[in-house]
Amino acid sequence: MNGGGVRRRPRCRLRRILVEAGSALLGLVLLIWALLPVYNMLLIALDPDEGETEFTGIIWPDEPSLNSFRAVLTEDHWYLENFWRQFGNSFYVGLLTMVLTVLIASLASFAVGRMRLTKARALTNTALLVYAIPAALLAIPFVRLTQRYGLSDNVWAVIAAEVMFAIPFAVLVLQQYATIIPLELDEAARIDGASPLQVYWHIYLPLTAPALAAIGTYALLLAWGEYLYQYLLLSSARNWTVAVAIEQFFDADEAPWNNMMALAIIYSLPPIAIFYALRRYMAAGLTMGGVKG
Amino acid sequence: MSTRQQVFAAGPAAVDRRPPSRWHPHLHGSELGWALAFVTPYAAMVLAFAAYPILYALWLGGDFSLYAALIADPHYAKAALNTALLAGFAANTMMFVALLLSGFFMRRRWWIKALLVVWMLPWALPAIPAFVSFHWMLIGDYGFLDSALWVLFGIEGPQWFNERWLALGCDAVSYIWKWLPFWTLIFLAGRMAVPPDLYEAADIDGAGVVRRFLHITVPLLTNLYLICTALAAIWIIGDFAAVELVSGGAPARSTEVLATLSIHYAFDGSHPALGVAVAISALPVLIPIVVILMRRIDLREVQL
Repeated sequence: MNGGGVRRRPRCRLRRILVEAGSALLGLVLLIWALLPVYNMLLIALDPDEGETEFTGIIWPDEPSLNSFRAVLTEDHWYLENFWRQFGNSFYVGLLTMVLTVLIASLASFAVGRMRLTKARALTNTALLVYAIPAALLAIPFVRLTQRYGLSDNVWAVIAAEVMFAIPFAVLVLQQYATIIPLELDEAARIDGASPLQVYWHIYLPLTAPALAAIGTYALLLAWGEYLYQYLLLSSARNWTVAVAIEQFFDADEAPWNNMMALAIIYSLPPIAIFYALRRYMAAGLTMGGVKG
Repeated sequence: MSTRQQVFAAGPAAVDRRPPSRWHPHLHGSELGWALAFVTPYAAMVLAFAAYPILYALWLGGDFSLYAALIADPHYAKAALNTALLAGFAANTMMFVALLLSGFFMRRRWWIKALLVVWMLPWALPAIPAFVSFHWMLIGDYGFLDSALWVLFGIEGPQWFNERWLALGCDAVSYIWKWLPFWTLIFLAGRMAVPPDLYEAADIDGAGVVRRFLHITVPLLTNLYLICTALAAIWIIGDFAAVELVSGGAPARSTEVLATLSIHYAFDGSHPALGVAVAISALPVLIPIVVILMRRIDLREVQL
C-alpha cells in the first residue's frame, strides 16, 4: 500500500460498511416482501379447520395440519371432485402453448429476421398491435368466434388464446436475440447446400436455444397462470383448468378456504419447479447475449 | 457467397426491388417458398385469433348509442379514472424500482445471488394464487396484515377494501408484487449487456457510482426503459385478474377498471355490445402507446 491508500482507508472502510449494511437491510426487506404472500397461503392451507387466517403472533401455526392437501389430492370435497382431471387439463394447455409458441414464433422470426422476408416485417409490427387490445376487448368476440369455429367448451380454444398472447413477445425477444448470431453462419451453411429448413434446424434453433427456453418458460407460465379466457371458454367442470377451479371457491360464501389455499399451492408447484429448473439455462442465455453483444 | 451476401447486405429495400422473375428459377424461388411456409402458421394464427376477433369487436361496438350510454354511466367514469391511475402509477413505480433493484442484483455477493433466486418466486407463482393470497391478507381484521399489525405493533389496521383509494392502492401493490421480479430480470439482462470496459474506463477516470449510473447505464438503457414502461402500461390496462381477485371492485364497484367492467357488462349483465364498447373506449389511449412502442423498437433495430 502506498501513502495515499493508507490515508484513504478509514473513510473507505466506513463507506464500505455502510454500503454493506444498507444492502443487507434492503435484502431483508426484499426477502420479506417476496415471501409474505406465499407464507400467508401456507398459513391458511395448514389450518386444521376452514382456514382461519388470523395471525396470532406465532410464526408457525399451533396445530399445522396437512388435511387440506390430503383433501385436494384425494378429491375429498365436492369442490374438488375433478381435481386430477383439471390438473391434467392445465398441464395439457401449458405444454401445448409452450411448444406451439416456440415453434410458430421461431419459424416466423427465422423467416423475417434471417431470410429477410421483408413483407412479413409489417406482419410482425401488426402483431404488436395485439398488445394494444386489452384481453377483455378480445375476450367477448373471441368467445363468440370460438363457438362459431366449433370450439365451445374445448381446451383447444384456450390453447389458441394463450398462444396468441404469448407470440408477439416471443417474436420480439427472438428477433432481438438473433441479431447477435452472425448471418455468415447461415450463408456458410447455405453454400454447403443446406436448405432453409436445415439452416433453421441445425443453426438457428441450437444457437437461439437460450432465448427459446426463455420464451417457452414465458409461454408456459402465461398459459398456466392466465384465467380470464379459461374461465370464459370452459363451461363444464371436467374441462376446467385448475385456475378456473380455484376461482369457483370465490362464488360461495362458505367454502373451505384451507382447501382452496392448498389447491392454490399445489397448482403453483409445477410452474415454480419448471421455472427454477430452467433458470440457469435462462440466465446463461441472458449473460451470453451480454458478452457477445 | 457473393450474390447471396449482396442480397443480404443490401438489405430489405434491395430485395424488394428485384424483378419478380428472378425469384422463380433459382434458389430465390424456393427460398421465398420456404420463407412463406415458415411464416404461414404465424399469419394464420394472427388472422384467425386476433384480426378476425378485432374486426368482429369493432362491428359489435360500432353503434354510437352505446358510447352515449357509457358517458351517462357513473360506473364507467369511475372505471376509466381507476384504469388510468392504476396504469400510470403501477407501470412507472414498477419500472423505476425494477431499474434500481437490477443494479442491486448486479452486485457480486453470494447472498445477493441467492436472494435473486427467491426474488423470482412471485414471477414463477401463477397470478391467481398470488392475488387470492393478497385478498385474504387484506380482508380486514381476520386478514394476515391487520392481525399482524395488531399483534406486533398494536396498530389497528384499516379496512382495506372499505375505501376506494385504499382498495385501488391494494390492487396496484398486488400487481406490482407479481410483476416486479420480471422487470427486474429484464433490466438485469439489459445491464449485463452493457460492455464492462465502459465501466472500467469510467472507473479509471474516477467516476463514482452515481456518475456511472447517470452517464453509462441511463443512456444505454433509456430505450429499453421506455419500451418496458409502455409494455407494462398496456398489460396493466388489459389485466383482469388483479382487480377482480384482490379488491373485487369493492367497495360498491368503485374500484372496477375497464377490463373488469367490460367483462361484467358482457357476461354478467348479458350486454356484450356494451362490454365491447367499454373496451373500445380504451383504444384512443392504447394506440398512441403502441405507436410509441413500435417506433422505439424500430429505432433500436436501426441502431444495431
